[in-house]
Amino acid sequence: MSILKVNNLNAWFGEHRALNNIKLSFDSNKVTALIGPSGCGKSTFIRCLNRLHEETPGASASGQVILQGENIYVAGVDPVRIRRKVGMVFQKPNPFPALSVFDNVVAGLRLAGIGRKSILRDVAEKSLKLAALWDEVKDKLNQPGTSLSGGQQQRLCIARALAVEPPVLLMDEPTSALDPISTAKIEELVLSLKKEITIIIVTHNMQQAARVSDKTAFFLLGELIEFGDTSQIFTVPKEKKTEEYITGKFG
Amino acid sequence: MQRTLDIGLNDLKEQLITMAGYLELAVVYCTQAWKNQDASIASSVYQIEDKVNRAHLEVDATCLKLLATQQPLAFDLRFILSVIKTNTDIERMVDQTVNITRNSEYYLKHPPFFDTSDLSLMSDHVRQMVKNAIDAFVKSDVNLARGVLEADDKVDRLKDKVFKDALAWMKGHSEDIEQGLNVILIARNLERIGDHSTNIAEDVIFSISGKDIRHKSLGQRFQENKK
Amino acid sequence: MSLNPLGDFTRLHYKRRKATNILFCSLMVVSTLIVVLALGAVFGYVLYKGLPAFNWPFFTSLPKPVGEVGGGMLNAIVGSLIMVSLGGLIGVPWGILTGVYLSEYGRGKFASTVRFSANMLSSVPSIILGLFVYVILVKPMHRFSALSGSLTLAIIMIPTIARITEELLKLVPNHIREAGLALGLPRWKVTLRIVLRGSFSAIITGVMLAVARVSGETAPLLFTALNNQFLQFRLDQPISSLPVQIYTYAISPFDDWNRQAWAGAYALIVFVFLINLITRVIFKPTVKGLN
Repeated sequence: MSILKVNNLNAWFGEHRALNNIKLSFDSNKVTALIGPSGCGKSTFIRCLNRLHEETPGASASGQVILQGENIYVAGVDPVRIRRKVGMVFQKPNPFPALSVFDNVVAGLRLAGIGRKSILRDVAEKSLKLAALWDEVKDKLNQPGTSLSGGQQQRLCIARALAVEPPVLLMDEPTSALDPISTAKIEELVLSLKKEITIIIVTHNMQQAARVSDKTAFFLLGELIEFGDTSQIFTVPKEKKTEEYITGKFG
Repeated sequence: MQRTLDIGLNDLKEQLITMAGYLELAVVYCTQAWKNQDASIASSVYQIEDKVNRAHLEVDATCLKLLATQQPLAFDLRFILSVIKTNTDIERMVDQTVNITRNSEYYLKHPPFFDTSDLSLMSDHVRQMVKNAIDAFVKSDVNLARGVLEADDKVDRLKDKVFKDALAWMKGHSEDIEQGLNVILIARNLERIGDHSTNIAEDVIFSISGKDIRHKSLGQRFQENKK
Repeated sequence: MSLNPLGDFTRLHYKRRKATNILFCSLMVVSTLIVVLALGAVFGYVLYKGLPAFNWPFFTSLPKPVGEVGGGMLNAIVGSLIMVSLGGLIGVPWGILTGVYLSEYGRGKFASTVRFSANMLSSVPSIILGLFVYVILVKPMHRFSALSGSLTLAIIMIPTIARITEELLKLVPNHIREAGLALGLPRWKVTLRIVLRGSFSAIITGVMLAVARVSGETAPLLFTALNNQFLQFRLDQPISSLPVQIYTYAISPFDDWNRQAWAGAYALIVFVFLINLITRVIFKPTVKGLN
């Protein structure tokens, strides 16, 4: 069942058109990987899905993005409300500075006005467990989030995003700043999380896309070239450009 | 840490074990017609062939998917490579059992008039080879696999003997040439099944130890063993 | 070496590079020593001159009339505290909010005008700012007052604090803000509760240094707070301050007053030194983990 549908999505940076008529649909509880060379628009694309793209000065977007039946690009829709339903994890681990591990995880709830300590504690524990970080940090919840290792920080950011219980989680190259072991842990996490949540992951690492995703979309120069089952894309791609890219002939 | 690849590999192993189970049955059934004077079981072999053919395609597809998406290395890579080859071997072996089934049906209708006890012995040996090769795969047992390689020589000698006996009879009884040829074909197919069993055994050894022992004499193999 | 056609050249080159290195290292050490020695000399001399009068009554008693030995600077100490506190109360939030505006929302012409003005204002001599307050506040009120003095100090503080805040907030990587926005938080909450909060200790350090800086201002207070020989707490009356009191006593012909001026100078240095020390210990000026 599709939870998120994109129709004729266009995005601009000033005059430069970064995305061209993208049409794509995401199934719930599946992992979809977006691959393509640098500058192909895949990051721009997911930033359109939580309306973060427009926060960049000069950036704009048009088209339809239908989240659970609601077009989020209709005038009058509050992007703040949309972003609560579409979580995001970034390329670099970015725990909030000067906040403890605990405060980082519950930041989304606390700043939205939920102050009950018991609720926050439950949510923090649940989210950290989901992010496979609980055992490592349960004794240092009051230490600064930035004191954790890089891989732990990234899982902390995942826990922080999960704490507001969004149905969709966007991941923008979540392991590009991590070592292989931390990367493997994040990948494992992605696979276990899809029971709870729909995941859309942008990655430069084709092998990663192959390992973790159910569906793969290949972007090139702002266009969606091919979209299909991951095993199909990586064994018998339909488009010549996809084949050339995944076999390393360009990109 | 449970890897996605492990899930795929376990799945693959199970698919192959199911196929191997069918193969074992087929190897038993195919000789039933002549051994137990019972033709009714032949249709079971044909059904098995059908199932194995489908499984053959599925295993190939799974291997392709794992290779494309999981980048297996070291043991995982050797294992998948040996599964791909074993898969083909099993499919071919089941084809041989179909051939033998046909010959067995002929045998039942036109029994030869010479002693075929060696053929019977041969089929017992081959059945044991198949069973051991499959067990070696299932249990990842290198020693069991080595036993299969040794048994192959015995089967080859038996085949030569069956050929010789059949030819000797055919030379004296030209009216029985067809029966004689039928026996030779059964022996030939049984021998091929034995050869495929050794292939499987070799693949088991390769996937577990990483040693490629194909196309080497028994002596060389045992030397390697000592190392 | 003989196999290497560039051997001699390399050796020569290496020697010259080493010599240059030694030369510049020594220059750096000497420059550092000069700075440290200057500070030490100032500190030592003021200590030497000021210590005789630097005693308990200095902090607890009011100035005695000319001719009487003794007395203290209680009035000036209280006055300085009042004006610096009030000035900080006005200037610190004002400066921080301006800095937040410049860093988080300031785009376009208006913002660059504000930024330019802040830069200009921070380089305007403080005496001119004193004159400005004299014109807009002292004249209409027809009297010097603590309020005018505080306002002057606030105006001196604002551009410095604004620029410090802006620079520190700009150190916060943009993806931290995006992470906040992506959690479904409105921008103002992200700004105040995440971005500002994250650099808070660094900003406080900057603010304290600015406060320490203005607590030594003399000239602008001459036009605004003037001086007062008596202890008083009213904001609409002239009030004494340490720098002005030091100035008055230092240029007086009386030995006892001169001694007290030195003691006042010593007190001022200790005050500034303490502020520096405290901010460094309590609010470690680290921007750790922002990257």
